[in-house]
Amino acid sequence: MAFYNNFFFTVLPYVAIIIFFIGIVYRFRAVKFSYSSLSSQFLETRKLYWGSVPFHWGIIFLFFGHLIAFLVPGYILLWNQQPLRLAILELTAFTFGLMTFIGLINLFYRRLTNARVRKVTNYVDIFLEVILLAQIFLGLWIAVGYRWGSSWFAIVLSPYLKSIFTLNPQIDAVAMLPLVIQLHIILAFIILLIIPFTRLVHLLVFPLSYLWRPYQKVIWNWDRKKIRNPQTSWTLHKPRNN
Amino acid sequence: MNVRSQIAMVFHLDKCIGCHTCSIACKNIWTDRKGAEYMWWNNVETKPGTGYPTKWEDQKIYKGGWEKKKKGEITLRSSGKYKGLLNIFHNPHMPVMDDYYEPWTYKYLDLIESPQGDDQPTARPVSLVTGKPLDIKSGPNWDDDLSGTPKYARKDPNFEDLSPAEQEAMFQLEKMAMFYLPRICNHCLNPACVAACPSGAIYKRGEDGVVLINQNVCRAWRMCVTACPYKKSYYNWSTGKSEKCILCYPRLEAGFAPACMHSCVGRIRYLGVLLYDADKIKEAVSSAEDELIEKQLDLILDPFDENVIKEAKANGIADSTIFAAQTSPIYKFVKVWHLGLPLHAEYRTVPMLFYVPPLLPVMASLSITDNSKQAEKLDPIAKFWNKNHLYNTNTESIWGTIEQARFPLKYLASLFGAGNEQKIKNVLKKQLAVRIHRRNITVGDIDKNTAEKILLETGLTPKIADEIYYLTSLAKFDDRFNIPPAHREQALEMLEDTGDLKGSTGFGFKAEPKRSL
Repeated sequence: MAFYNNFFFTVLPYVAIIIFFIGIVYRFRAVKFSYSSLSSQFLETRKLYWGSVPFHWGIIFLFFGHLIAFLVPGYILLWNQQPLRLAILELTAFTFGLMTFIGLINLFYRRLTNARVRKVTNYVDIFLEVILLAQIFLGLWIAVGYRWGSSWFAIVLSPYLKSIFTLNPQIDAVAMLPLVIQLHIILAFIILLIIPFTRLVHLLVFPLSYLWRPYQKVIWNWDRKKIRNPQTSWTLHKPRNN
Repeated sequence: MNVRSQIAMVFHLDKCIGCHTCSIACKNIWTDRKGAEYMWWNNVETKPGTGYPTKWEDQKIYKGGWEKKKKGEITLRSSGKYKGLLNIFHNPHMPVMDDYYEPWTYKYLDLIESPQGDDQPTARPVSLVTGKPLDIKSGPNWDDDLSGTPKYARKDPNFEDLSPAEQEAMFQLEKMAMFYLPRICNHCLNPACVAACPSGAIYKRGEDGVVLINQNVCRAWRMCVTACPYKKSYYNWSTGKSEKCILCYPRLEAGFAPACMHSCVGRIRYLGVLLYDADKIKEAVSSAEDELIEKQLDLILDPFDENVIKEAKANGIADSTIFAAQTSPIYKFVKVWHLGLPLHAEYRTVPMLFYVPPLLPVMASLSITDNSKQAEKLDPIAKFWNKNHLYNTNTESIWGTIEQARFPLKYLASLFGAGNEQKIKNVLKKQLAVRIHRRNITVGDIDKNTAEKILLETGLTPKIADEIYYLTSLAKFDDRFNIPPAHREQALEMLEDTGDLKGSTGFGFKAEPKRSL
């Protein structure tokens, strides 16, 4: 048992994190072209709306919810001191979870049934959607079956994750958790691991920089002013467009 | 003053015969690939018509281009920083494949390999996307030449401002008319696609103003497809990247004309350089609607002006480019003669393609007035062409033909005048005056005084009229195609230090041949 616990809660996280970082950097440098959201909206738009919108907004909320609980567990516990506030938090999170789940089911159904979308689907896409479906299903199960997750996450899982990142893994508490929760944790690391090999890389290039760049963009491939200057033989800058 | 140069094009619509040779030349070079089959970077539309993609001009559907806010500044109609990022998971105004058409091929092998039977084998159409048999409902140029049809011509978005009676008058069988509208990317000065791209993959090349999409940076957020009011940015469904007309820049750099222009049978296209003032773009794009074209033309600088030349040189523009701007056919058409007008300037992208509005249907409408005039047509031709008819010496009735044109001025103004009918009228008058002038010289049945009076009224002189005539009708390839050299010999040095690769063996290094990292 100790072997499995060590493997899943110590080895797997580190393997996942290392492969994740090496993978995304290597892929970005070697096949930058493949960094794309690979949208299929052009082929089918109506069903996409009922899948993509709830799924993405839902998963963004869930991701940041988990992230906040990991980073500042104290504040979550403070918030949860009053039962009403705890209920509100849990209900909201569960609603977003359901939204994500329903959105993903819609996306999965669309991907399998629409003939055009099938043409731009490969096995990795299917595999990824199945894994995500399983993960969100487990999450919902935990929310229903092991109540007040926002509180025990802060107490049990935040220290565990912190111990991973401080290179001092403490898995005793995690090893005691029910199987459903353990599976949820394992799947989370597996998802992290497969990010570099799937279309999920698009979440790493979400265009936030759009918010602060000027609208128009002009690129000079070569600087004619410098060409005209006999004092400089070579250029000082290289083009930024590739 | 911030002088930049821009490669611009003029389309002389009177000369377009709608043969689609440009489209085919473009398709064969650039878009004959998986995922790009449906794209027509160059397409030719029949006007009135719904175009490609269907009703692209209807910004109530597609929400492309810029719109002016009450405060005076302009914003992207449906995308932009906040709307764009909020709609990134599902872009509600994006055209889908069915708005263009589903590309197809035929199962040609069935013709050869079908077993013997009672029926002739047929080559069924199959979708190029799914590979399944396809019931073809629309295709490229589906509304070609279909003026007057309820499903296509009458749904032209440019009819919005026309009364039902005016529309009906256009579609009477005797008055029915159409013209062709070739379209490529406008390589705008205020491109909406560039502004809408969240990744910053789209950019305008400083040297020649060509708007390009960096395929390595494009992440398929699809905002350019919506933002371009001309729908000239296309989504490649196979690679998951957007693509658009590149103005054949590899050909331009090598001194060749773009494929669409080079193959043009009617020789309707002109390509040349314009110098413009980049500092004034902001002011021009946020001006009032009726001033838009005027302001856009104000951006274009006089390449003979000493000050402009000085500023251009200070900005690093090569002498060869300045010379090309001075001899540019585009500058003549657009700034000197005021014959070329931008397509849909009201989208506020400052398009750099200009169109000479068509005159032909205007002339043809005169003889159809009532039945007695029709009967006169039965007379001998010599009598028919007397000066009381089509080429009337009476200036009033000559300009009158423009007023009662088959294409209502309002319609043409919606396309080329940003709604300003006077703009269209002036251009048509000038074209008509040149014709009358040439008629006086070559046929001689219009007396000289009348011809000169008409020229004077439009602000032309016989000399200018002859120049317009020359560039319209007689121009050779080098007159129509006049761009500066790209100075690739210098460009190469700026892209990479040529000395760096000295000593590398052979060809084909993608990265510098350095030891280890």
